[in-house]
Amino acid sequence: MTNPLLVVDNVRKYFEVGGLGTKRIVKAVDGVSFTLNRGETLGLVGESGSGKTTLGRLILRLYKPTSGRIIFDGVDITGLPESKLRPMRRKMQLIPQDPYASFNPLQTIGDALIEPLLVHRLATREEAVDRVLRILERVGLVPAEDFYRRRPYQLSGGQLQRAAIARAMLLEPILVVADEPTSSLDVSIRASILELLKEFKEKYKQAMIFITHDLATAKLVSDKIAVMYLGKIVEYGPADKVLSKPLHPYTAALLTAIPRIKPGGRHVSIVLKGEIPDPSRPPSGCRLHPRCPLALPRCSIEEPRLVELEKDHWVACHNPLKQ
Amino acid sequence: MSEPVLVVENLTVYYYTLKGIVRAVEEASLKAYKGDMVALVGESGSGKSTLGYSLLNLVPPPGRVVKGRVIVGGVDILSLRGDELRRARGSLVSMIFQDPFTTLDPVRRVGDQILEVLLEHGVPLEEAKERVVEVVKAVGLSERMARAYPHQLSGGQRQRISIAAAIALKPRVLVADEPTTALDVIVQKQIMDLLDEIRKTTGMAIILITHDIALAAERASRIAVMYAGRIVEYGPKSKVIENPLHPYTRALLQSVPDISSSEWPKPIPGMPPDLRKPPSGCRFHPRCPLAMKVCREENPGMVEVEPEHYVSCWLYARR
Repeated sequence: MTNPLLVVDNVRKYFEVGGLGTKRIVKAVDGVSFTLNRGETLGLVGESGSGKTTLGRLILRLYKPTSGRIIFDGVDITGLPESKLRPMRRKMQLIPQDPYASFNPLQTIGDALIEPLLVHRLATREEAVDRVLRILERVGLVPAEDFYRRRPYQLSGGQLQRAAIARAMLLEPILVVADEPTSSLDVSIRASILELLKEFKEKYKQAMIFITHDLATAKLVSDKIAVMYLGKIVEYGPADKVLSKPLHPYTAALLTAIPRIKPGGRHVSIVLKGEIPDPSRPPSGCRLHPRCPLALPRCSIEEPRLVELEKDHWVACHNPLKQ
Repeated sequence: MSEPVLVVENLTVYYYTLKGIVRAVEEASLKAYKGDMVALVGESGSGKSTLGYSLLNLVPPPGRVVKGRVIVGGVDILSLRGDELRRARGSLVSMIFQDPFTTLDPVRRVGDQILEVLLEHGVPLEEAKERVVEVVKAVGLSERMARAYPHQLSGGQRQRISIAAAIALKPRVLVADEPTTALDVIVQKQIMDLLDEIRKTTGMAIILITHDIALAAERASRIAVMYAGRIVEYGPKSKVIENPLHPYTRALLQSVPDISSSEWPKPIPGMPPDLRKPPSGCRFHPRCPLAMKVCREENPGMVEVEPEHYVSCWLYARR
């Protein structure tokens, strides 16, 4: 077996928030570890405030971790200075949630797309234009010459997300971090964006981290799923196992709450009290314990470790669900 | 069946913009009975929110109701003006929104904001104060929360407060415009459970405006599917979900991933039209896999295909 593409080892990211006298530490990501193999897709699932977006940004080294290690393609990128990071960045690309926020509104789509090719010195201007036209066609923005000259506001949300995917894929990355790539789009076009991502993944054998709050979408695209709650991974394993036989009450609660077109199909029913607490004041012990119907006395005192309860299926819980 | 609490008849709403007339809602008709939850399902630009605003005679300019009637508890809301309209809003029909942060005053205690609604409607002070406590408890919050400012509450708690304000005067109809879209799935379930409880215990009819057909499938008693300003299908939930008639409803059901199935969703080709220049005939015809010649020429009327299950499609209509 070859080395994993990505090793995330006990990574933490703490932010200081508030001003004078009200300073607090938000432990956005608090000791997360996992590995990702080449060509694999990890669905990173959680509610707002779970730390999933921060983790995505740490992996891309858009943030520097407070502690821990991130090894990407055999290189420890944890503390790498920007100059040394640049050649690595080509191999890891972000697809953002809101494409309008990620394009310069004054720049044409063509100019926005040739820029990375020129910055990374991957092509002459002429070659770059040619490659951009080809990829625009690939993502269905035809006639490509026409879209090349347009500006972001002249595209619909779905079209601009295609352009964002084209921009990420131009550099043929080996890791793509997609942060809620379909959440801002209308339902009827979400499926076409997922299909496009799948096509690229199959063609280039890319690994992907797919960040989403939507379990149904995560199920479609992921090989493995990591469920996050308040900065920690609470369950991790093969997608089918995590979603059909969840071990953690939190995963089960997400599966209980998600609306379904076809009734039935809910194997377990766990209802949580209240809402996700302020991440600057996480509860003691297991962070879910004040909301968890299965909480034991020890849950408020002792923090559960992530353990491999079944083959490849990890859970951090003192009272996991019995299947 | 008893009298409906809400009747919408041939409602037509246009926005008169500098760039042309946006035909946002065209000839929409529907009914809601006591305790109903009617889901208005559609994508952005389908006209579902405009229809919702019309139910309170609250269409923002340059929008205007061009035609039609909205009758709540026997009163035609669209004919009311001034004080009469103000009294009807809140006591006959009221509304909650996607983001309660935008509707709650950030510098006043939430309880006082509910109190104000009651006083405005002439409820005596002592009674109003009691009612505030009552509704705050009814939405699952403690009395103490009434003294909080909006920023001290979580998203779910704020939505509970806006529900409390909306139901304080016991309206017959509550319009809920994407009430859970800004919330996480676990809180979404809590809020939907609360709305369910309210309609069951008070008999209030709820109009749930949503883009999420799975949410509608799970919660609604009736579903109206909107496309490009028109209701294309309308009927009891089970019939619309299990036996969808309109090609758009079918396509919409297949376009969303469902956690209970491992089938890949199928995108709907094309894009919703610009409502300044809606397509001729049936507005879905440019994207419809089954479009015929007649679909380009004339809009199909609503046909009752099975009891209470209506569709506007030439596969079922006669010329």
